[in-house]
Amino acid sequence: MSFHPKMSYDATFHKSARVLGDEGAPFTYTAENRARLDEIVKRYPADRRRSAVLPALYLVQSQQGYITASAMRHVAEALEMTAADVEDVVSYYSMFNRRPVGRFVLNVCRTLSCALNGAERVTEEICAKLSIKPGETDPSGTFTLAEVECLGACDRAPVVMVNDAWHENLRPEQVGKWLDDLRTKGEAAVSGCHHVVERNTR
Amino acid sequence: MDPILTKFVGEPNAFTLDFYLQHEGYSALRTALTKKPDEIIELVKASGLRGRGGAGFPTGMKWQFVDKKATPRYIACNADESEPGTFKDHLLMERNPHLLIEGCAIGCYAIGATVAYIYIRGEFLHVQRILEQAIDDAYAKGFLGKNILGSGFDCDVFVHRGAGAYEAGEETALLESLEGKRAQPRNKPPFPAVVGLYGKPTAVNNVETLCNVPLIVARGAEWYAALGPEKNGGPKLYCVSGHVKRPGVYEASMQVTLRELINDYAGGVRDGRTLKAVIPGGSSVPILMPDQLDTQASFDAIQKAGSLLGSAAIVVLDDTTCMVWLAENLLHFYRHESCGKCTPCREGTDWLHKILRRIEAGEGEMRDLDLLASISGNIAGKTLCAFGDAAVTPVQTTLKHFRHEYEAHIKEGRCTLPAEWRARQAVGTH
Repeated sequence: MSFHPKMSYDATFHKSARVLGDEGAPFTYTAENRARLDEIVKRYPADRRRSAVLPALYLVQSQQGYITASAMRHVAEALEMTAADVEDVVSYYSMFNRRPVGRFVLNVCRTLSCALNGAERVTEEICAKLSIKPGETDPSGTFTLAEVECLGACDRAPVVMVNDAWHENLRPEQVGKWLDDLRTKGEAAVSGCHHVVERNTR
Repeated sequence: MDPILTKFVGEPNAFTLDFYLQHEGYSALRTALTKKPDEIIELVKASGLRGRGGAGFPTGMKWQFVDKKATPRYIACNADESEPGTFKDHLLMERNPHLLIEGCAIGCYAIGATVAYIYIRGEFLHVQRILEQAIDDAYAKGFLGKNILGSGFDCDVFVHRGAGAYEAGEETALLESLEGKRAQPRNKPPFPAVVGLYGKPTAVNNVETLCNVPLIVARGAEWYAALGPEKNGGPKLYCVSGHVKRPGVYEASMQVTLRELINDYAGGVRDGRTLKAVIPGGSSVPILMPDQLDTQASFDAIQKAGSLLGSAAIVVLDDTTCMVWLAENLLHFYRHESCGKCTPCREGTDWLHKILRRIEAGEGEMRDLDLLASISGNIAGKTLCAFGDAAVTPVQTTLKHFRHEYEAHIKEGRCTLPAEWRARQAVGTH
């Protein structure tokens, strides 16, 4: 029953936006990833294995692209924490994918300095070219579009982070050709951070 | 002032240990290890070094507050660099990683810590790789590890990668994240200097702050203090972005004015445009108007002018910028980044964003302006960390200086300043 005459106490009232993780296939680290995790854990005090949860989750993501419920349980076992605590962490940090993503995740910085230089137009052009909205993956499974907050590269606005690499100074009018280049040339079409580029070309 | 921190950023091999050693690298660590730890703290206090992360708190004091009775002790270097408009630590770590490592080692020696964790934001993977290579090189040459340079002092430095959370830049949230939890702030006091990482005394210092320490040890506190105005000594990195011709990181003495930084260093606003307003210290600080451009870009002068130097992220806005749009853009950021721990901030940032979006879309009412002010007043000062105050600043500062723009939106039922660089239609789903 309800305590309020106009609010029925039913399933729609306490509706949670919480999305339960995909159970996924049974997960275990590859021997190589397990060895890397064992190395990383040594950086922290012996009774603080939990400190390695972020690197442990990055290893899951590099192994299978996104983080499933079975992977969270595996991480929990490896780090001697509860599966709920791992899910707590996964659901908080924005860089962990909880659903399968495309080959290229296009993270368009939408915060002020990038927006002042056309980031909103970049997002619009990507949406139009791929017929998807932010948060979606195109039917070919090549691109996932996401709008993200300040990437810390405001002097090279607008910036798009493609998986783990930066593409700087992407003008809205360049978007169409750039997406084609990504399809055909792959990661070679990503400019990279200008500091890294300058260092490697000198 | 000639660049000091960024003197060698144009050199191709500046990031290598060999280059660093050829340019007096690790000599400050060598000097530091011949002194007593307390002498280093006194030296840093005498230099007047103030934290470069945003608050401008004296670093020597912070180190002095570290409880020297409990062990182990830690240094947590804040390389989360997430304040919108800030990209200076990125440059330092990318081009001069050994300076940071040397700063970490000297800091550890001063407070009696044996481990420093560099908490780097998840989006800086390319920087993390450079740092880790530099750390490996430093171990190999005996600048880190056991019995450093034969002094008996042990120090480890590790890089810890975050995973996308602005709040991780708040010092206690950073420690929570290092402990493998959500990056949410702790109640203070106790401060990290007493109860920090794993409950042990911890100094949390920004990258640029730690990079200044070797300079002070090598060249002395007096030299350092004399580089800038009183209580604002040393070299400072400024990040200039937004509507300027040459956005970038510029190093200057804090004697420099905002006008010099914008016009001389960054080339001024684009041709045919005029300057409308300036955010002098990252998105969390009040805006300054064109008639305040002659303000010295020091901690104290900017504060006197009614804003804060913050992380020295100068975002320049030209006359095409709609201030309601600006507030909406930044509240989208704060709404997304609110960690959710304190109710006023978690709920309030969402409300503010919804109202701003409504006004920007031309569907606002005059009473919304009072509502914005009221909600802002109910967030500021009512949260565990400074995020709440930061989040309402874009609303309060635009309402103060540009109330007429809000009113025009409401009266005309549309955005009155739709710039060509903005979306043709409202985008974004979250």
